Amino acid sequence: MTKNPTQQKPGSTAQKGAAGAKTTGTPAVKAAPANIGFLGMLRWAWRQLTTMRVALILLLILALAAIPGSLLPQRIQDPIRVSTFIEENGAWGEFLDRVQLFDVYSSIWFSSVYILLMISLVGCVLPRTNQHWKAMRQDPPRAPRRLSRMPGYQTFRLAVDPDAGTDRPSATAAAGGSGAADSAAGGPGDSAAAGQSLLGRAQQRLKKQGYRTVRLDDHIAAERGYLRETGNLVFHASLLLLVVTMAVGSLFGYSGQRVLVEGDTFTNSLVSYDSFEPGTYFDASRLDDFRLRLNSFESTFDDQATGSQFGQPRSFEADITEFHEGRETRHLLEVNQPIRVGGTGVYLTGNGYAPVFTTRDSQGTVTFSGPVVFIPQPEASGYGSRGVVKVPDAEPDQLGFVGFLLPTAGLNDNGELISRFAELRNPYVVMNVYRGDLGLDDGIPQSVYELEADDMVQVTDASGSPVTLEMAPGETVELPDGLGSITLEGVDRFVALDIRHNPTQGLMLVLSIFLLIGLGLSLFVPRRRMWVRVTDREVEVAALARGEDPRSEHAAKDLALELQD
Amino acid sequence: MDVNIELATWSNLLIYSAMAVYAIAFIAYAFDLFGGRTLNSAAGGRKATAAVAASAGGGRVRRTARTSSSVAVLDPETATGPAADAGSGGGSGAAGDAAEAGSGGAVTSARTRSRRLARVGTALTALALLLHVAAIVTRTLSVMRVPWGNMMEYALTASALAGIVYLVVLKFRDVRYLGTFVAGAILITLGLCITVFYTPAAQLIPALQSYWIYIHVPIAILSTALLSISAALAVFQIVKAATEARATPRWLRFMERVPASGNIEQVSYRIAAVGFVTWTFTLIAGAVWAEVAWGRYWGWDTKEIWTFVVWVVYAAYLHARATRGWGPTKVAVLNLIGFASVVFNFSIVNVYFNGLHSYSGL
Repeated sequence: MTKNPTQQKPGSTAQKGAAGAKTTGTPAVKAAPANIGFLGMLRWAWRQLTTMRVALILLLILALAAIPGSLLPQRIQDPIRVSTFIEENGAWGEFLDRVQLFDVYSSIWFSSVYILLMISLVGCVLPRTNQHWKAMRQDPPRAPRRLSRMPGYQTFRLAVDPDAGTDRPSATAAAGGSGAADSAAGGPGDSAAAGQSLLGRAQQRLKKQGYRTVRLDDHIAAERGYLRETGNLVFHASLLLLVVTMAVGSLFGYSGQRVLVEGDTFTNSLVSYDSFEPGTYFDASRLDDFRLRLNSFESTFDDQATGSQFGQPRSFEADITEFHEGRETRHLLEVNQPIRVGGTGVYLTGNGYAPVFTTRDSQGTVTFSGPVVFIPQPEASGYGSRGVVKVPDAEPDQLGFVGFLLPTAGLNDNGELISRFAELRNPYVVMNVYRGDLGLDDGIPQSVYELEADDMVQVTDASGSPVTLEMAPGETVELPDGLGSITLEGVDRFVALDIRHNPTQGLMLVLSIFLLIGLGLSLFVPRRRMWVRVTDREVEVAALARGEDPRSEHAAKDLALELQD
Repeated sequence: MDVNIELATWSNLLIYSAMAVYAIAFIAYAFDLFGGRTLNSAAGGRKATAAVAASAGGGRVRRTARTSSSVAVLDPETATGPAADAGSGGGSGAAGDAAEAGSGGAVTSARTRSRRLARVGTALTALALLLHVAAIVTRTLSVMRVPWGNMMEYALTASALAGIVYLVVLKFRDVRYLGTFVAGAILITLGLCITVFYTPAAQLIPALQSYWIYIHVPIAILSTALLSISAALAVFQIVKAATEARATPRWLRFMERVPASGNIEQVSYRIAAVGFVTWTFTLIAGAVWAEVAWGRYWGWDTKEIWTFVVWVVYAAYLHARATRGWGPTKVAVLNLIGFASVVFNFSIVNVYFNGLHSYSGL
C-alpha cells in the first residue's frame, strides 16, 4: 500500500495530489498527498494504518482469511490428507498448495494480515496510553461556556434559604424550559454563600459516586470511568502480548507422539519418539528425563443405548507407571487427565488393539513373535482395525501380512464380515499374505503400518486365488507352499500418547485473564463528565457521556434532584 | 451407564408440549404485531401524548418517572418528542403525576393500543419456557449429567436460554415486538431437536468427561442465546431504519409499532456486548480445556477456526460502531454476519466438518 512517489511521473503525482486534497473528509481511505517524499509517505502510511477504519477492514479480512483453513485439509492437522488431496486434484491441488491454502495459518497472506493488525494496534495503543496517562494525572476539564448544549442538562433556581420549605425550587426539563415559581429572596451575599455550599455538597456527592472532582471558582468539574480506557488499553496490550507469547512458545516448545503397547516402556529421549516436531530454538538436551510404562489399558463402550449412541466410547483408562528422579508413581491416564512431569505434559490421544502373532517357518522355528499395532479405521464400524505384520526373517522368502481385526466379528445384512462392537467380544483377524522382498534393507525409512508391496507377490492357493487367512485367538493357520504357519496368540491393547512442552502456556493463561478483565471494563464501565455550575441564582447540572453510557442523562437528572433536596 | 428411559420419554413429551404452547404464543404475538385493527390510529395518539408532555413539563418531574424513561416504547408516537421523559406504560405514570399537580385533566385516557394479545403471548411464552425447562431437567435426571452432551441437548438448552434472555430483557424494555420471532425461532429449534438433531439419552464420551464441561459449554450456550436475541433486534433495527428513511410500504406498516431504530440499536448493542464478553470467555475456557484434553491450547481445529471467526467478526462489529463512515445499518449487518457465523459454527461445522469437536451425536 505504500507506493514510492519517486517512481511516478511528475504529472500524475500532481493530479493525485489534487485528488487527495479534494477527497478530504470523505470516509474512504484517502490517497496519499503528493510531494511528501519517502519519509512522508511512510508517515502517511503509518497514519492510515493506525486509523480505526483500516483496523476494521483488517479485522474483516482476518475473519475471511481464516475460513479456508476450515474448508481445506491443513498440514498442521493432517499432512497425509493434504497429500492425498493434492494427488486427487492434480494441477488445481498444486495451485492451492502454491498459494499456501494448506498452511493457511502460517501462510504469508494470513500472517501479513495479522501482523499489520498488530502494528496498527501498537500505533493505536501507544498514543492512547500516553494520552490516558496524562488525563489521569490532570484535573477533569473545565466546564464549557454553554453547558446547555450537553446531552444531559438540568437547571434550577438556587434556593438561598434552605429552611424555607414552602418555596423549594422545581426542576424543569431542559427542552421544556417553562418557568418555575420564582423564589428569589435575600441579598447577593446570601446567594453567593448558598452557591458555595451547594457546590460543596455537589462535590461531596460526586466524590462518593466515584468521580474525580475539582472545584473551580464557579463550578465543579468531575469525571468518572477512567477504568474504561484503562480496561481498553489492558485488553489491547494483552492481545498483543498474547500473540507474541504464542509465537515464542512455539519457538521453544516441542511435541512428539509415541505408541505404547501394554508392557512397553517409553524413555523421554529423541530416539524413542515415533514422530517429533521441535520448535525452531528447541534444545534436545533439555528434554525432561523420565520414563513411562503402560501397565494396562481398558476401554468401555455403550451397549445399552439405542440409535447413534450405541457403541459410543464411555471410558478410556490407561494404567501408567512414571519413573522420574528415582521415584515411581502410578497414574490413571485418561483423555481429560494428562500426566504432568516437570514442564512436560503426557496426553492420551488414541488407543486400539495390538494382536499378538507368532510366525514359524516350515521347520517350526519362530521367525517373529510379538504384538502388532492395528490402527482403528474411521470408516469401519466397531473399531475395525488395519495392521501389517512384517517377517524379514522368514525363509525362503520374506513374508508380509496385511490384516484386519474385527473386535466383535459378525455378519451384516449383506453377509459381509464386520465388527459389531468395539470391545473384544468375538475377535477375529482376516489376513492376506505376501512373499518377496520387504524392502527393509534399502535404508529408506518406511511406515510400520503399510506394506511396500512393489517387490512382493500375493500368496495364492493351488487354484491361483489369493489366500485369505481367518483366525480367532489361539488358532494357528498353515501357509501354503511350505511358507510355515502363523498363530494369533491373543490381543493386547495400545495407547497413542502425545508428549508436549510449551514453556509459555502459563503466561498465555495469565494474559488471557487480563484480556478478559480489560474487555469487561472497557465495555461496561461508563465514562462520563459532569459539571455543576452556579451563576447568580441559577444552578446548572450537565453530563457528557464519553463512549457508550446509557445513564448519563439520568445521572444529571439524579444529581439535580439530589441537590435540590 | 444407567439411563432412566422413562424420564427420557417424559422429557420428549415435555418438548412436544412446550412446542404446542410456543406455537400458540407465536400466534398471539403475531396477531399483536401484524393485526391491522389499530394501525391507523397514530394521529390521535400523537395528540394525546403532547398533552401528557405539557402537563408533565409543568409539574415536577417525579423521581418515580426516572426508571420508566429508559424504557423503550412500542408505539412510536409516545417515543418521540419531549414525552420521552414521561416514559412508557402509556404515560400513565406521568399522567398520574399531572393529575396530582392539578394542572392537567383529560390525559388519563391517553390512547395506547390495547396489547392484550401481547400479554397473552408473553404469558404463554413463560409457560412454554417452564415446560421447556422441565424437559431439560428430566433429560438431565434421566442421564444424571449436564444437559449439553450433544447437538440436540445443546440446541435444547440454548433455545431455553434465549427465551429466558428475552424475558429478562422484557423486564427492562418493552421488546414484545420480538416475541413472534423468539417464540417462532424456539419452536423451529425444538422441532429440529426432536427430529434431525434427535439423539437418544446416553452417557458422555470420554473427551467430554471433564469439569470444563460445566464451564466452557454453558457459557457458549449463553453466548449463543445472547447473540441470537441481539441479531433478532438487529433485523428489526435495519427494517425500521429503512421505513424511517422513506415512506413505509403497506406490508411493513406494522413497523410503526416498533420503537425508533436508534433505540433498538442500543438494546441490540448492549446484548451483543455482553455476548462478546461471554464468547471471549468461551474461547479462553475452550483453549484451557483443549490443553487438558489434546495437549495444546490452540490447534486450528475447525471448531476453533469458526469460534475465532465469530470472535473477530463481533470485534469488528464493536469497532465499526465507533468508526466514522459506518452507519448504524452497516454496523447491524456486521452483527448479522457474526450471528450467521455462530449458526454456521453450530450447524454445518458440527455435522459436516471433520474435527476434534465432533460431538453432535448424529
